[in-house]
Amino acid sequence: MAYSVEFQESLEKIEASRNGRLGQGFPSLNLADKASLLETYHPDFRMAEKREIRVGPNRGGVAPKELVDLLESPSLLIPEAVDLTKVDSRTDVLVIGSGGGGVTAALTAREHGAEVLLATKLRLGDSNTIMAEGGIAAATLPEDSPVIHYVDTIVGGRGKNIPELVEALVNDAPFVVEWLTSLGVNFDRLPDGAYYAHMPAGHSRRRSHSVKDLTGLEFMRVLCDEVRNREIDVLEFSPAVELLLDDGGQCAGAVLFNFDTEEYFPVEAKATILATGGMGRLHPQGFPTSNHYGATADGLVMAYRAGAKLLYIDFVQYHPTGVAWPEQMLGLLVSEAVRAQGAQVVNVDGDMFVDRLETRDALSAAIIRECGEGGKGVLTPTGMVGIWLDTPLIDVMGGEGTFLRRFAGIHSRFKKYGIDPIHEPILVYPTQHYQNGGIRVNVDGETDIPNLYAVGEAAGGVHGHNRLGANSLVDIFVFGRRAGIHAAEKIGRVKIGKLSLDHIRAYNESLVETQIFSEISSPMLLPDYRFEKTLSTVQYTKGR
Amino acid sequence: MLNDIIKMIPIYVMGRKYEVPQGLTILKAMEFAGYRVKRGCGCRGGVCGACVTLYRRKGTYQLNFGLACQTVIEPDMYLMQLPFVPAHKAIYTIKNVRANDSDVTKLYPELMRCLQCNTCTKACPMELDVMGYVAAAMRGDLEKVVELSIECVMCGVCAVRCPAELSPFNIALLIRRIYGKHVIPPSPQLDQRLKEIRGGEFRKEMEELEKADEAEILERFNEFQATKGEAAIELGKEKE
Ligand SMILES: Cc1cc2nc3c(=O)[nH]c(=O)nc-3n(C[C@H](O)[C@H](O)[C@H](O)COP(=O)(O)OP(=O)(O)OC[C@H]3O[C@@H](n4cnc5c(N)ncnc54)[C@H](O)[C@@H]3O)c2cc1C
Ligand code: SF4
Ligand code: SF4
Ligand code: FES
Repeated sequence: MAYSVEFQESLEKIEASRNGRLGQGFPSLNLADKASLLETYHPDFRMAEKREIRVGPNRGGVAPKELVDLLESPSLLIPEAVDLTKVDSRTDVLVIGSGGGGVTAALTAREHGAEVLLATKLRLGDSNTIMAEGGIAAATLPEDSPVIHYVDTIVGGRGKNIPELVEALVNDAPFVVEWLTSLGVNFDRLPDGAYYAHMPAGHSRRRSHSVKDLTGLEFMRVLCDEVRNREIDVLEFSPAVELLLDDGGQCAGAVLFNFDTEEYFPVEAKATILATGGMGRLHPQGFPTSNHYGATADGLVMAYRAGAKLLYIDFVQYHPTGVAWPEQMLGLLVSEAVRAQGAQVVNVDGDMFVDRLETRDALSAAIIRECGEGGKGVLTPTGMVGIWLDTPLIDVMGGEGTFLRRFAGIHSRFKKYGIDPIHEPILVYPTQHYQNGGIRVNVDGETDIPNLYAVGEAAGGVHGHNRLGANSLVDIFVFGRRAGIHAAEKIGRVKIGKLSLDHIRAYNESLVETQIFSEISSPMLLPDYRFEKTLSTVQYTKGR
Repeated sequence: MLNDIIKMIPIYVMGRKYEVPQGLTILKAMEFAGYRVKRGCGCRGGVCGACVTLYRRKGTYQLNFGLACQTVIEPDMYLMQLPFVPAHKAIYTIKNVRANDSDVTKLYPELMRCLQCNTCTKACPMELDVMGYVAAAMRGDLEKVVELSIECVMCGVCAVRCPAELSPFNIALLIRRIYGKHVIPPSPQLDQRLKEIRGGEFRKEMEELEKADEAEILERFNEFQATKGEAAIELGKEKE
């Protein structure tokens, strides 16, 4: 492993050009150039990879074809298989998903007096949140303000963000940092207690708060501990497969599936909070993904079938620096903070071709161009292509020991495969990273369906067409808390009628009427990597 | 895609033999063998601790632990996943726990029974100095516990192996929370900002922005970008 002979020639060029590049920048793109770069090279703009949705609330709109395949499939659940006259499980608030968004909603609803059931597909805490390395955005430093955070977020989102959601985001953000600290999160701090913050691409101030490169892990460890301390009921390995409605069309809970016993069982709830995260494991456009095993868009499918509209669902974020080598780490993320800390982006010849601090969309497009048409990518023995992230610059600039202090996690992961990022560059290529859109919500996380909330990556609008780095971690806590409070306060006024799964029957029928005959059913629950599919990862960039 | 270049090697999953391509991680090898993993897989990236696997190499007697998503298979490896550890966790209200060791030992009295045998350190798939942080916890050196345990993925292996029946990882979690909440001094800058937001200091400007058109927003953005300063300060240096 490590870097085999194929890489040597290029590695020597990188070494040779490093001193000359030291302290040099690359001119950042002006708006017109950026727009044309995106139009030509960004996967979001390649319409051939998208498909029109022919049924449901977004009929006539488009989405990545992998998602449309799921939306245009009949339900995994056969409505007749559950007996809705005998419901054993009832709760005030049912939270579905246990990443940062779900756990926060559960804790907050509990704190505000509601009885809570937290159902999740894998173990408590297994999520995209636990994988977040970089940090959480909040305007806490004196030179920053929520106003600047607001402007940065809107520009990053290409002006499409829902303004009131952004306002809630930036105003609540510093309170979220305070809340997490009060629960015992060990943020990186200066000796006087001030927060240490850095500036990810697209932000105009230092405002990303980190816990080394283990930010999400630290958050989830603390929050799951708190869930256990509060003795909140948790059902692990129990994914939701469909929402329940009542005869008045309100959301009334969900049907869960027990992975171990393979039983379906309904849970009635006065409020239901979807926090099921993103869609990375659908591998949109065949890209690798940075997402966890359970990121299969289940929440989108369930909410859609129940009648909720999806917003900006055709916008998928590709993180520019996913691992391209070694093969075992394909698609995993190299945090943006590595670039913030000084690593340049260079091609096979050791030349820079883009400003290392461009936004994610522009940098991804630039890398795809450089590897494709530019012909300056580095080919790997498994047929991947990539671009160098010149990590040794970090110690050259910041002094010996900087890399290890800031990026212990990245270091140990590469070390396992014989690569030493302190002294050797690492090979990267864009990887599917984030679902920019999602279920349409208001500032309290309410969806189009009464008593149904959506928070976090499953929801859409706050990030417009493109999310800025560090803005998702803050989003999940801000809206997790808002939905938790709103739900807990509302349940006293909610009366659930007769439970029903008629919307599933109706949806299945609408597929037949539209002459859509799908060979699969949805939600997907888990991706299938069995047998030779294990190896297909090698092919992701073919033809690019 | 299975071609001649890929060399197949034998592995044993819970005793049953499968031929899989070399170079795969344990997780991918099991999937190649036909397992659709339900328990025992989370992040696929080495941070969640869901995929801990007990294994033995051919010709050795040692039982080792590794993360399935990170450990590369070897020929004739014997594998068994350990997806759940029923480890003890104390229940507490973090607000009321104080930063002294007596509160830690009240919640986890077994801490003082550590034999300093180092079995936990040898077993930890993250290669953490587990005995080191347990010893620091016994001394009441909270900062050291934070430093040595910060990469813990909560897989529970140390608790499985400990002859003195400690759950080192849960003890470390408690101490990290105490440290983060009660020991690190609060930030006056953050307090100030919270006051400003509560006082509605940014409300007017925000309302104007919500009405602003794209050009105005871009103009403000360019203004802010022009005064943005360094992307990061160096943490170590700042401390000195
Ligand atoms: C590698 C990586 C690094 C990142 N780094 C950063 C960063 O530095 N800063 C930042 O701001 N953002 C970052 N992000 C993005 C951010 O972490 C996520 O967008 C965010 O954490 C999503 O939180 P969530 O609670 O909405 O979803 P998740 O954390 O993904 O949680 C979803 C939960 O729902 C469960 N679930 C799914 N389907 C079902 C079902 N049918 N029934 C029940 N449960 C279900 C899942 O198992 C999981 O527990 C990163 C993302 C990744 C993948
Ligand atoms: S310290 Fe214990 S729980 Fe943490 S990673 Fe090591 S073995 Fe696993
Ligand atoms: S295994 Fe248990 S007894 Fe041995 S050193 Fe670790 S904590 Fe102490
Ligand atoms: S699957 Fe998360 S550590 Fe291996």
